[in-house]
Amino acid sequence: MLDTLRKFARKKSPWIMHLPCGGCNGCDIEVVAALTPKYDAERFGVLQRGTPRHADILMVTGIVTAQVKDRLKRIYDLTPDPKYVFAFGSCAIDGDIFNEGYAFKGPLDQVIPVDIYVPGCPPRPEALIDGLVKLLNKIDLKQSIE
Amino acid sequence: MSEVIPIGPFHPALKEAAHFELEVEGEKVVGGDFKFGYMHRGIEDLATKKSYHSNIFLAERVCGICNTVHSTCYTQTVEALMNLDPPQRAKYIRTIVFETERLASHLLWFGVGMHELGYDTAYMYLWREREHVMEIMERLCGKRVNLGINTLGGVRRDISPEIIDFINGKLDIVDKVIEKTGKIINEDRILKSRVKNIGILPKDEAKKLCVVGPTARGSGIDIDVRRDEPYAAYSKMDFQVPLEESGDILSRVLVRFKELIESTKIIRQSIKDLPRGPISLEELPFPNKGEAFGRVEGHRGELVYYIKSNGTNRPERVKIRTPSVVNNSSLLYMMLGEKLADVPIIIASIDPCFSCTDRVTIVENKSNSRKTVLLSQLKRRRNN
Repeated sequence: MLDTLRKFARKKSPWIMHLPCGGCNGCDIEVVAALTPKYDAERFGVLQRGTPRHADILMVTGIVTAQVKDRLKRIYDLTPDPKYVFAFGSCAIDGDIFNEGYAFKGPLDQVIPVDIYVPGCPPRPEALIDGLVKLLNKIDLKQSIE
Repeated sequence: MSEVIPIGPFHPALKEAAHFELEVEGEKVVGGDFKFGYMHRGIEDLATKKSYHSNIFLAERVCGICNTVHSTCYTQTVEALMNLDPPQRAKYIRTIVFETERLASHLLWFGVGMHELGYDTAYMYLWREREHVMEIMERLCGKRVNLGINTLGGVRRDISPEIIDFINGKLDIVDKVIEKTGKIINEDRILKSRVKNIGILPKDEAKKLCVVGPTARGSGIDIDVRRDEPYAAYSKMDFQVPLEESGDILSRVLVRFKELIESTKIIRQSIKDLPRGPISLEELPFPNKGEAFGRVEGHRGELVYYIKSNGTNRPERVKIRTPSVVNNSSLLYMMLGEKLADVPIIIASIDPCFSCTDRVTIVENKSNSRKTVLLSQLKRRRNN
């Protein structure tokens, strides 16, 4: 009984924490736009939280810079299991235009494990919702295997 | 007894990572220190490794909110190196996109500012209505953010009559949004009491700190690159530069509000007078050996590009001075003597590229104990 409830809760309330690394703010404003009334990602139970201890999904935007790398690892460790990482935007995936720079410290998936990739510079809010739904299906699938 | 409150440094809820260390006595801020650089991407170094043309897209990605500001300033500086004069139609299109982006940026700021004050209804309302401006940008450039409209010697997309009709229709809606925003600012007493006579930056101090943009105009300094040194099609536009004397947060809010009205005026004028002709030059010369300096009035203030060319297809040096760099230095002066609960709106009032502080850790110097406080609790502390 408790198990069913837990599975339901995980699927219906994916709380996200937005982690802006070395981005240009473009992805960040699209994340906020997705959470506000026109796109309204809150209908999937998404809430933005300010601390990793409350979060299920870490939404990472921007490149992993030299200053941010260790802090990102620490925040990942602080997040309680089960946790999912959402790489939002091309910068998080492969560094995009900044990947030749000295401040770029590797793609995100070499720093922390990533569950879903949404490319674009920046991706549209619809792409965020699409990625979110795919992630929720993934969570569901994982739980049914368990 | 004074306490030191570190805010940040890499804070999940910050729009950009930054570190603030505030020294407080009770609720009063008595000192502070800032550290930036968590977002350092090495753009100036990257720019020397890329060609002049690919640098347009790099310049755009310095800041996603004011991307056209950066690309316009960059292309104008390189055009000065090349001795180019883009066609008139291209200049008008640049002006239209520039001002549309100002609308989007200021509406975004109003939303974030309301959120910092705890007025989430207005925040959600403004972000919903901001989508109308985003739709204009999408029709104009094919994208919502990082528009990619500028190219060396002109622009990349033309405006058709259907798009002009679409923009005119949307501007009528935006007018109503601006009217309602004005109503919120002018009639809400609670909002006014949170922003009036708080975070004051007097005129002489503002001059000493070299602040730019709405921060300077809110303190009574009459500067605006669009009027003082017109670029694009601004010399043919009829617009006012709003000015407020008191220097508090309310005056900066009012300056931005009046700029919204001026922006719609400029867009309407440039659509009406849009000249015919090509939108970009067919042939591009090689950049001359030498250096060039360009400046534009961004949404946050004056943006400066300096480019040194050595005659090859790559610049030898690109220096960017963004408005937030100079405006950030004025934060400490505004915060001194203010309540801790007002710090978030003071930081937001200069519209820096980071704008929300969601959680801080209080370190008590005496016992060296740490406790974590949510910003919502911090806001509540003001009342006790």
